[in-house]
Amino acid sequence: MNTLLLLTPLVAPLLAALVYAAFGWRRATAHAGTAAAALILADGIALAVRVMRHGAIDLLGGWLRADPLAAFMLMGIGTIALLAAASSPAYLAAAHGPDADLGQINAAANRRYGALVACFLAAMSAGALAGNLGLAWIAIEATTIVTAFLVGHTGTRAAVEAAWKYTVICSVGIALALLGIIVLYAAARHAGLSESAALDYRALAAHAHALDPAVTRMATALMILGFGAKAGLAPLHAWLPDAHSQAPAPVSALMSGVLLPVAFIQILRVKAIADQVLGAGFTRALLLTMGLSALALAALLLIAQRDYKRMLAYSTMEHMGLVTVGAAIGTRLAMAAVFLHIAGHGLAKAVAFITSGHIQHAERTTRIDQVKALAARQPVVAGIFAAALLALLGFPPFSLFASELALARAGFAAGLGWPVAAAFTLILIALAALVTHTAAMLLGNPEGGGRPAAPDALNLTARTPLITALVAVGALGITAWPISSLIATAAQAGHP
Amino acid sequence: MSGDAELLDLAAGAFLLAAVGVLWRRDLTAQTSLLAVQGFALAAIAVILGADQAHPELYAVAAGVGVLRGAVLPALMRRAISARATDRETRPLMNVGASLLSAAALVLLAYAVSQPLVRLLGTASARALPMGLAVALIGLLILVTRRKALSQITGFLLLDNGITAIAFLAAAGVPLLVELGVSFDLLLAVLVLRVLTTRMRALFGDTDLDDLRELHD
Repeated sequence: MNTLLLLTPLVAPLLAALVYAAFGWRRATAHAGTAAAALILADGIALAVRVMRHGAIDLLGGWLRADPLAAFMLMGIGTIALLAAASSPAYLAAAHGPDADLGQINAAANRRYGALVACFLAAMSAGALAGNLGLAWIAIEATTIVTAFLVGHTGTRAAVEAAWKYTVICSVGIALALLGIIVLYAAARHAGLSESAALDYRALAAHAHALDPAVTRMATALMILGFGAKAGLAPLHAWLPDAHSQAPAPVSALMSGVLLPVAFIQILRVKAIADQVLGAGFTRALLLTMGLSALALAALLLIAQRDYKRMLAYSTMEHMGLVTVGAAIGTRLAMAAVFLHIAGHGLAKAVAFITSGHIQHAERTTRIDQVKALAARQPVVAGIFAAALLALLGFPPFSLFASELALARAGFAAGLGWPVAAAFTLILIALAALVTHTAAMLLGNPEGGGRPAAPDALNLTARTPLITALVAVGALGITAWPISSLIATAAQAGHP
Repeated sequence: MSGDAELLDLAAGAFLLAAVGVLWRRDLTAQTSLLAVQGFALAAIAVILGADQAHPELYAVAAGVGVLRGAVLPALMRRAISARATDRETRPLMNVGASLLSAAALVLLAYAVSQPLVRLLGTASARALPMGLAVALIGLLILVTRRKALSQITGFLLLDNGITAIAFLAAAGVPLLVELGVSFDLLLAVLVLRVLTTRMRALFGDTDLDDLRELHD
């Protein structure tokens, strides 16, 4: 049973990828990805229940390990993947437009899209379940490889350029993490750990006292910088706006909603080891610097933003910056808020990205100043986009309000008033910029310009999952009951 | 033992010299040959360590490293180089003299930075470890100062070779499964970059990264 539960999140999406590779993207196979996503979600829930009752589950000598944090991430991957996969058929149909008659080319591109998205899910599940630094590294690098062609999916100059920058920057970043892993491995071997234990998160945490502090400091800095590149943190963040703006909307949703958090939890696991050797001060200073600089960069670049998909990408950077500041605070309250924030942001940002895909197809542009009076012309699309943005801005009743409030409280309680005040000032700047840009897109006089409304821009099957997700973010803000005990246990894990 | 240590220093020296050579030569074909030399030097390091520490698993790893980094990856690069004369690094951000001076500075930096690890491990092989770090740093230097897409792949491969060398010298290599996974990911990453280079050539005419100016804020 345990074996099945740990292998399903890897095998189900790989099977879906095989289905796409063998049969292509047709009506019958279009929802193979959705089925795999639903399986991952169900598996995540089952694992969460089991892990909460019986403790962590190991498989393959600890290479795969389900603990509360992994179960939480799997549930996140399943949920966002369900949203993305459910909206993929509509996206692909609209992407080629009604006049596109490139049957063969579309078929090949769609087949590749289906197979690569499924592989992407498998790689992220492996990253979430990795109990071992080596597998975590391999999984995170694999996400870069399978998504490179998804970023370049449209084949335009901008898309290929984004794919190139994405692959180079992420591969270099993750190479730094590999260097850190090797340095830590050498230190652990020197401290007498066996070959397999020297990369194992739990064994490393258990024997942390034997590690050499100077070498561990070097390894930790490299690993946090390297995994931070993939989590969209400065200084290796430059890929993020390009890749998010060029990738197909459902892929952007997956990247923002779960890929970045999967990289981020590796930072949390490394931090749990490092803090025992070095005290909390070292990772706290490093994470505060990285988080605040991500926030500052995002806020500054949001002010003059002209492209709404890039705007959403910088908003993701802003939220990852805040989550990093939360991890730097590191108390139990702060960590619970971090996980709630990751869940709420993932859902709301996925909805925002998928809706931006519908806007892009209806308006044939991603320029903010070329979209006007959307609320009057396409009330449903505009309403969903506005609600998702309100959630992202942290308005109640959405859960991001609760998590931001909790982060602020935790920060002041931990004596980190100044950094937290700085973080929230930057968030206010970003909020002002986002409100201005979104208002410019949604409001205005419909006679003033813009295209007439496309009649079926968002039919019932396309809008139901998006609205459900937003309702879920709102419900999480009122009561986090289905996941509160899981989040609390995961938050405790960093405090042995 | 001392003979082994000398051999190891020799192989590590060749490893570092190949990286400096890549920095010095602007011709992409020459750079690719130097990468192949470096791949074999890396395999030699693994063989010497395997003999020294009676660690037969390292021979298999050495064979894999030699095939991948000495033959397959350079061959992939060579096929990407077109016959045109423009495939030279014509306008690097830093001229050759300045690059070589920076390389010297990077070697010193590598020695300084790796002191804690060298002191902790205290083995003969660990004393050669700064050379691996120097190669990784030279790879990063190439990544930020060269404009051709293929030069960037070269820089990335140098970075990766340097890191693998550190793994051998510091800990006689990572566990076999991890090594396999890392090598597979590396191969795929280079393949992806190679395909993207072809697409960029089709779209941009050439792969000078200065042409990548579509996306900015």
